[in-house]
Amino acid sequence: MPAAESPDHALLKLAAVGTLAGIFSGLFGVGGGTVIVPLLILWFGYGERLATGTSLAAIVIIGLFGALAQGGFYGNVHVATALLLSVPAAVGVVLGTAIQQRIPQRAVSYLFALLLVAIAVELILS
Amino acid sequence: MSALAAALICLAGGMTGGLVGVGGGILFVPALTVFIGLSQVEGESTSLLMIVFVAIVGAYRQSGYGNVRLREALIIGALSPLGVLVGVTVANHVSERALQLAFAALALFMAVQLVRRARAS
Repeated sequence: MPAAESPDHALLKLAAVGTLAGIFSGLFGVGGGTVIVPLLILWFGYGERLATGTSLAAIVIIGLFGALAQGGFYGNVHVATALLLSVPAAVGVVLGTAIQQRIPQRAVSYLFALLLVAIAVELILS
Repeated sequence: MSALAAALICLAGGMTGGLVGVGGGILFVPALTVFIGLSQVEGESTSLLMIVFVAIVGAYRQSGYGNVRLREALIIGALSPLGVLVGVTVANHVSERALQLAFAALALFMAVQLVRRARAS
């Protein structure tokens, strides 16, 4: 974490992360986490666990905006299906966060790099 | 059978989300379109609602482990709609292929930086 950073500067950087996350979310339909986690690690010097936890909290808000817009304005959200499939997904996230506490932080960076490469390959081939 | 497959893929999506701090939509969307039969737009929209639930549970667990900076997360989340507007505007003026390649390049750049940083630590 850069020590001599003014609060205003930090706020601007956070604003940039939020805007960037929104841009990629709007462009590609990916959750902002793909952008938030690497930026918090590389730009803010967060440890991997802190970056991923903070990213999940931010995604709650980003996803809420998106789901409300899609559900409220366009009626594209299948609520019952989302609720049903959220059960195994929620079990998965509890498992995933628990496993994450037991592996070295740098392993999270390697996993994330793998995810980014997979996304890049998919984008190039599509 | 396809419902079971969808449930298993969503389990894996949630697990990925918990491990690396993303919403899991990367797996939810194919589960919803391929195995439940939703259209791409419906799949992406429904996935967003799932992401909200998953992120709430994940953030709650991570907060219990002491891994959430709430103020920073709120600022990032609150400013994302501005970015969505920019993104949608850009998408309407730039070719989709150019955007895909630009984001692929950014993803690869970030991947290299993450690995370099992890190796140095």
